[in-house]
Amino acid sequence: MTLEINGQSFETDEEGYLANLSDWSSELAEAMAQQDGCDLTENHWEVVNFLREYYDEYQIAPAVRVLTKAIGKRLGKDKGNSRYLYELFPYGPAKQACKYAGLPKPTGCV
Amino acid sequence: MSEELQSGIVKKFLYINRRAPHGTNYAQEGLEVALIGAAFDQDVAMAYLDDGVFQLKSGQDTKAIGTKNFSATYRALGDYDVKLVYVERESLERRGLSEDDLMPLVYEDEDDDWEEKPLIHVVSAGEMQKIISESDVLLNF
Repeated sequence: MTLEINGQSFETDEEGYLANLSDWSSELAEAMAQQDGCDLTENHWEVVNFLREYYDEYQIAPAVRVLTKAIGKRLGKDKGNSRYLYELFPYGPAKQACKYAGLPKPTGCV
Repeated sequence: MSEELQSGIVKKFLYINRRAPHGTNYAQEGLEVALIGAAFDQDVAMAYLDDGVFQLKSGQDTKAIGTKNFSATYRALGDYDVKLVYVERESLERRGLSEDDLMPLVYEDEDDDWEEKPLIHVVSAGEMQKIISESDVLLNF
């Protein structure tokens, strides 16, 4: 599959995750979110940026439970719970946020 | 497996890793499958024997062979609530390695003010046999 943004095309897997991590840019993230009818706010970016840092450090995209726990530790309990994260990312916080972060599908999501 | 998951039965899974980390996919696949199992609330422990002990060696660098250096991912085991990583002492010794050559893997104990605790337990061949025989499900990589 390919993703068309501003006349450029980017290779993705069958579920829309970027094939090449290095293709990612914040504009691309905004465009992917808009295709899902989602506007990225500062709160969304906090999670997306966290995931990119996590991937950089561990070379995997974390499963939702791992993400929730890690967010809680980094950003506080009021953000490290599934209610808050599902409000931001209704299609599943790990799945959807990883997609916008340009990461592969999380390890432990089916 | 889905019926067992729904019934809430937690089994003791032991992932046995015997191969060197790079050159084949076994090590990386074994690690990912273990993380997926752990994400589904199974009781997951890891065992490293034979050339598998090289998987945990610190300072791995895959640039020259052009593959992803997934060794950083072992440090995520603790985040996935895997708290037991067994390494066979004899396998280390035969390869001229000791515990000091391994990555310092830790997990954060939620019940103990997030204190970092070591994941790696170096055990004798005899202890490893006991660990293997006490596990419900063995997966070999």
